Amino acid sequence: MKNHLHTLKGAVVLALGLAAASATAQAGGEQYFPLQSYRVGPYAAGGTGFFGGFIDYLQYVNLKEGGVNGVKLTWSECETEYVVEKGVECYERLKKGLNGAPAAATNPLSVGIAYATLERSTADKLPLITINHGRTDSTDGSVFPYVFPLQLNPYSEVSAIINYIGQKSGGLAKLKGKKIAVLYHGSPYGKETNPILELLSKKYGFQLVSLEVPHPGNEQQSQWLTIRQQKPDWVILRGWGVMNPVALKTAQKTGYPADHIIGNIWSNSEEDAAPAGAAAKGFISITTHPSGTQFPVLQGIKKTVLDAGKGNLADAKRFGTVYYNLGVVNGILNVEAVRLAQAKFGKKPLTGEQVRWGFEHLHFDDKRLKEVGALGLLQPLQLSCADHEGGGAVRFQQWDGQQWKVISPWVQADRKLLRPIIEDSSHKYAKEKGITPRDCSKES
Amino acid sequence: MSFFMEVLLGGLLAGVMYSLVAIGFVLIYKASGVFNFAQGSMVLFAALTFVSLLERGLPFWLSFVISLLSMLLLALLLERLVLRHLVNRPPITLFMATLGLSYVVEGVAQALWGAQVHGLDLGIEDTPLELGGLMLSRFDLFAAGSAGLLVLLLSLLFNKTRIGLSLRAVADDQLAALAVGIRLQRMWVLVWAVAGLVGLVAGLLWGARLGVQFSLSLIVLKALPVLIIGGFTSIGGAIVGGLIVGASEKLAEVYLGPLLSGGIENWFPYVLALLFLLLRPAGLFGERAIERV
Amino acid sequence: MFYQESGQFSTRYRQDGRALRLWQQRAALWALLLLAFGLLPFIGNDYWFSAILIPFLVLSLAGLGLNLLTGYAGQLSLGSAAFMAVGAFASYKLQFLLPGLPLLLSFVAGGVVAAAVGVVFGLPSLRIKGFYLLVSTLAAQFFVEWLLTKFAWFSNGNESGVITAPPLLVAGHDFGSPAGRYLLTLSVVLPLFVLAANLVRSSLGRNWMAVRDMDTAAAVIGIPILRTKLLAFAISSFILGVAGSLWAFTYLGTVEPHGFDLSRSFQVLFIIILGGMGSILGNFLGAAFIVLLPIVLSILSGTLLSGVLPAGQLENLQKIIFGVLIILFLIKEPDGLARLWQGWRARARLWPLRF
Repeated sequence: MKNHLHTLKGAVVLALGLAAASATAQAGGEQYFPLQSYRVGPYAAGGTGFFGGFIDYLQYVNLKEGGVNGVKLTWSECETEYVVEKGVECYERLKKGLNGAPAAATNPLSVGIAYATLERSTADKLPLITINHGRTDSTDGSVFPYVFPLQLNPYSEVSAIINYIGQKSGGLAKLKGKKIAVLYHGSPYGKETNPILELLSKKYGFQLVSLEVPHPGNEQQSQWLTIRQQKPDWVILRGWGVMNPVALKTAQKTGYPADHIIGNIWSNSEEDAAPAGAAAKGFISITTHPSGTQFPVLQGIKKTVLDAGKGNLADAKRFGTVYYNLGVVNGILNVEAVRLAQAKFGKKPLTGEQVRWGFEHLHFDDKRLKEVGALGLLQPLQLSCADHEGGGAVRFQQWDGQQWKVISPWVQADRKLLRPIIEDSSHKYAKEKGITPRDCSKES
Repeated sequence: MSFFMEVLLGGLLAGVMYSLVAIGFVLIYKASGVFNFAQGSMVLFAALTFVSLLERGLPFWLSFVISLLSMLLLALLLERLVLRHLVNRPPITLFMATLGLSYVVEGVAQALWGAQVHGLDLGIEDTPLELGGLMLSRFDLFAAGSAGLLVLLLSLLFNKTRIGLSLRAVADDQLAALAVGIRLQRMWVLVWAVAGLVGLVAGLLWGARLGVQFSLSLIVLKALPVLIIGGFTSIGGAIVGGLIVGASEKLAEVYLGPLLSGGIENWFPYVLALLFLLLRPAGLFGERAIERV
Repeated sequence: MFYQESGQFSTRYRQDGRALRLWQQRAALWALLLLAFGLLPFIGNDYWFSAILIPFLVLSLAGLGLNLLTGYAGQLSLGSAAFMAVGAFASYKLQFLLPGLPLLLSFVAGGVVAAAVGVVFGLPSLRIKGFYLLVSTLAAQFFVEWLLTKFAWFSNGNESGVITAPPLLVAGHDFGSPAGRYLLTLSVVLPLFVLAANLVRSSLGRNWMAVRDMDTAAAVIGIPILRTKLLAFAISSFILGVAGSLWAFTYLGTVEPHGFDLSRSFQVLFIIILGGMGSILGNFLGAAFIVLLPIVLSILSGTLLSGVLPAGQLENLQKIIFGVLIILFLIKEPDGLARLWQGWRARARLWPLRF
């Protein structure tokens, strides 16, 4: 009995100690990042890499600079398994902040969760970052003040790919009479760009063959046999998860050359190419963030975080891979937004509304990129009230059987052409929801 | 015409892969009356174990043996902890227990070996093979060969050994088998282990095609219509069903797909199976149920 | 001692036919209703409404839909999510086809469309039985998902197939706030439960149970099998359809066809296995369990176990726990949580005395 009492006492002391510890932690003021991560389930490979990189970068800023201007960064994870309603639950649970540290922004890395939390984010005044994905028309910040499809929205993505094919063929005029097939995942994400491809095919006069692969995409023989019959000059692969390696394997099986397949932004990781083995050799894909560890910021993370045993990755081999680097890039963008907002609102923990201002004024030129050690990792980027995408450029990389090799400079999307389509769609949304768009000329 | 033949042959070969998963089902259903939804997770578990061992530097044969032993262990545990307690329950309960089982097996597999995607190279170069103007996949031919070999081994086991005789007795009439002194529980372990072996082979072949990862367990959904068409109790039926499903779904996707704007492969086999069922409610080779009050 | 039946007699047939025959049960029900309508909307916060109460109510309703079909009429279905999807998309589309359609009516209309689809896929049930019927429901599952993804018409021309909820206006009042969405959900779910609780005690309910227990025998004693089975499909799909509309409109506010995939069907099935097949109360218990377990586990891991388990392992553990619980329930308590509840009730009759 006495022993029992002792353990009980011990537990109480421990609990009080913990409470005290967390109380001291918040004294200095912290900025909180709610992480709706996914580390299990069918898309775990993407989630572990992305959130690993993101967390490591936040950790790096804490260890190296003691946070942003002395405001420590803090975070906690909530597993979503890439399932929409779990993501919503996590959002609701984490949006209030942690131990008094206010939330800066949410980064779900999932189209479904982004859609489901879009209106909530706006109501709660918490920025929703959908880097490289998300709802295309949220590029129009006058209608979607709190949503940021940073760097590259889906429309820009296909436009850049077509521009690249044009370059390869010796000018966009040479696209006339070419045949391009697009193999897309049978989901909202996969289908989103079809109207743009049709538009581009009319504009440049190439013939478009659209083929859908039903989810999850582990059987594609009939699609590739059709491709074999149609003999397109290029195949654009808009895949996700298992669909990518299977596409490459089936291409090899049906004798289509891998170096004429161009993967999109979610078909561009090591996890997409490596499982296909030799069949992936020569496969081209776009990227907004080359893989590799040579960038100063990654070297810094390695030295300060990984070597100190504080890295987030369970598998250290994945350091510097595509998903990891996307996480780092995402970290750089988030932290920079906090930094900018602090310059305006003061060096203290900020609310989501204030951080939103920071996002809207993100500006990375070559000089700033060099300062954060990310020149070549991140494209020059400038956001504004009307433009929540900012970049719209991609580089192309090729799989050499072991790793990705960058094979092109930044290729820009035809954003002038896309803008009216985006505005049409965002205005339709505004009308449906009864939103009055902001007047961007009056925003500071 | 040659395009049609290519699609047809490609479909038939893909169908063999479906049959492989379906055979695992049939074995278990015959011997223990369980409609084993966890067959897909068993495929995942076996393949993941194998490829993880291989990546840790074990030779091919040793990994294979260890994976096989782990499937045997799984079968043992299963009989001890689950099946034994569910004797005489309605089949629907047993089915739902296997749903729960599939969650457990998937969870354990990923907890043990992680969730990343593994490539699996069986050393067969999958370049197209031209035969008389027709393009065939080397790998699919190899897979079909392996499946054939497996079926041959299984039929030897069932028809030429004492164990096979007992198994057939159990499948025929459990009570009678018990009465003549066959140990039902031991037979269950055995048949689940054999299904594990089939799962391992299927896992290796599918894993080499798709990469070894979570979605391997989804192939169970491809095997279901195969079973329905072939009937739950016939290995021959599983093979014929697989061929029918494989060929018809590929032909449908290529020729019917464009009319319906594509992507029909997910549901087409089910509708086909439904049509078959309306004509023959117990499948092509299934046993016809006799209803008594 | 306090919960006892002695002294409570039925003196009229009307009284005998009541669903809750004891005053203690009725009092508890009124107390619960008061809590749900009178108290919770004022003391709950965003998190409770959006992440716990609303999904709990919607999933209870979905469980009820499947329970009528599987638990009462004995027809196994893996296509629940498909009927939910039909309900959601039909409610959404009808808002545009018939402008000015009141919100509540659009829920009903969504349910009716789902019922019609349910009947179509239920037709084979006359000829196909047992596991073979799974094929028909799975065909519904995959076909509906494909259809809704494929044709933008269903999502009113939105190429990506995502639908978003219209403003939640009922009689001019906006139910868009979390508490409002909770109240709206509650007011739709409860009447359907009352309806179902009475339905299963009617002659139709008894016919369902006869068909479930042995359909040949039921046919012999003159129960019209086709009609009974099809009505089970229709009513079950109607309820699932309404649940789907609520899922899209009041819970998430947006949904894509893929949100109603096979794993959602499994989720609904697990609700009725854990909660109790052939029990009305079981749907609430099962849904509460399935909503709360992951949240509790995840919060526990965030506080107690943080650092002990590597990130991600917890979810694997959760999956294993789920599977084990399902098997355990099937072995130990095939009638689910509802049965445990009955056990407690029996004990409550004597409490605090022992005999």
